[in-house]
Amino acid sequence: MPETELASRPRTAAHRPRTAETDVFKLLSPTGHLGFTPIEEASFWAGVKRQPDAIVADSGSCDIGPHPLGADEPASPRTWQEHDLELIFTASRRAGIPMIIGSASDTGTDRGVREFAAMIRDLARRHGISGFRMAKIFSDQDLDVLARRLRQGAWTQGLDGRGPLTEEDLRRTGHAVAVMGVEPILAALKQGADVVIAGRSCDPALFAAPLLLHGHSRDIAYYAGKLLECASFCAEPFAGKESILGTVDRDGIVLEPMSSYQRCTPASVASHAMYERSDPFREYLPGGYVDMSQCVYEAVDERRTRARGSRWVAVPRYAVKLEGAGKVGERALMIVGIRDPHIITRIDDCIAWSQKKAGERFNRPGFQVHYHVYGKNGVMGELEPVKEIRGHEVCVVVEAVAPTRAEAVELANLAGRNFMYARIPGLKGTAGAAAFLSDEVLPARAAYEWTLNHVIEVDSPLELFRMEFEEL
Amino acid sequence: MARLCELASTIRSKNAGPDCITFDVIFRDDEVYRQVKNSGELTPERVCRLYGIGPERLVRFVAFDPARAIKFTIRRSRPSGSPGETDVMGSQMYAPLLELEVRAVTVKPKAAA
Repeated sequence: MPETELASRPRTAAHRPRTAETDVFKLLSPTGHLGFTPIEEASFWAGVKRQPDAIVADSGSCDIGPHPLGADEPASPRTWQEHDLELIFTASRRAGIPMIIGSASDTGTDRGVREFAAMIRDLARRHGISGFRMAKIFSDQDLDVLARRLRQGAWTQGLDGRGPLTEEDLRRTGHAVAVMGVEPILAALKQGADVVIAGRSCDPALFAAPLLLHGHSRDIAYYAGKLLECASFCAEPFAGKESILGTVDRDGIVLEPMSSYQRCTPASVASHAMYERSDPFREYLPGGYVDMSQCVYEAVDERRTRARGSRWVAVPRYAVKLEGAGKVGERALMIVGIRDPHIITRIDDCIAWSQKKAGERFNRPGFQVHYHVYGKNGVMGELEPVKEIRGHEVCVVVEAVAPTRAEAVELANLAGRNFMYARIPGLKGTAGAAAFLSDEVLPARAAYEWTLNHVIEVDSPLELFRMEFEEL
Repeated sequence: MARLCELASTIRSKNAGPDCITFDVIFRDDEVYRQVKNSGELTPERVCRLYGIGPERLVRFVAFDPARAIKFTIRRSRPSGSPGETDVMGSQMYAPLLELEVRAVTVKPKAAA
């Protein structure tokens, strides 16, 4: 990793080596996804008053689907991203503590890092803040370089039932990022970064980096990050975007909500520990996993819970996750309503007719039509256990995918309009078998798919990432 | 006999990465959790039947004591957000669990519930 060589210059709490065994480190987590909806300001400033040693937030997720990564576009409005960055930047610079932002601008692509860095420069100008060092860590992956690694025999593994990475997977990919562990972020802090804008990152690693720098063990550092990464999701009642303060001691973490109405209870913290993951006992990160099987959750008082008992287990193979998305085609939608009960009972025949007519004109690879039948199984698809239609009307959203925008529009139109002409025996309403919300095709974003959900072995934790520093 | 929605304080589903959806049933107290866990009625087979999937798509089924939870994870038929997919975050897939009946457990409805 080419780095700007700069002398280490410890200044803030995160940069200071720990002085005593009892030393605690306080992390403020204001949001589980920076910019996705704005941070709640009251609990944020309440948290700042508690004098945290670092403010940490991630700004990305693969939850938002493959489009943002594939198209390399943000999923959040710029104004909300600026809002959240302004809060964290001004508060952290006034307090002289580091701020660490990961998975910049939803995707964690180089675009996201550059855009967030530009926002920080702009905020510094507007607020007259200077005398700080900003680190940018980039995680975009060159697909040709990945292909070369494969040909050189790099060990890879597909996640969640996928096979090992193939060159065909890479050919289907438009954009790929590697998901960094703690090491690149730690390296940035060690070189005196006050502001870290990181590309795609493992959420817990963002919180673990300042803890490790401060002398905490990996046993507690990653686990603390795991519990803090979604901010107020570890508290009850359910609420997003409220700040949580994590006070980390030698072998445990006390979680405390900064909003007045929430509580961190043993149950709320434990239930968050298993959130969005298949294995509640292990959190996998590059280089190992957090063993949570012996964790204990104890109430400190009505609003605070202490969690302890986690263990970091290193594995021999240091593998980094790759995320990639590729374009499938252009996409268009049409909305069709049906009210006649006779037609509703024969909705599958209507779809078959529409498919037949669409297939007559577009029977080539690259063309797809999907029928989302709301009122039947529009939400759950094949997983819907209720087979009969119980409502008095249904809505069909016709989703067409084709190589060009014009073809997608034509395909959606053809498949949608043919509901009007569905040939159903016994139909009374012979003037049309469907109601159109409007006789129009709605443009939609292009269709993408997740092409990479793999890990790849590397020699160094830093080798897939690039770092730049700026003095501001 | 009681329905899961009467026994659980949280029933939710969410993506666990782009290829899986994970389900959490968090019971309202330790006693109810223990009863359901010991009843042998909430099983991998029952979940597969409910969702109409083969056992190969149920990648994990586990009881998680610290959270009083039974948690299972299924593989999607195609990655989240692909053309034709219906729930990009997997956040509405829990609905059929609400009415699932557990015969061995009887719970007096809480007045405040």
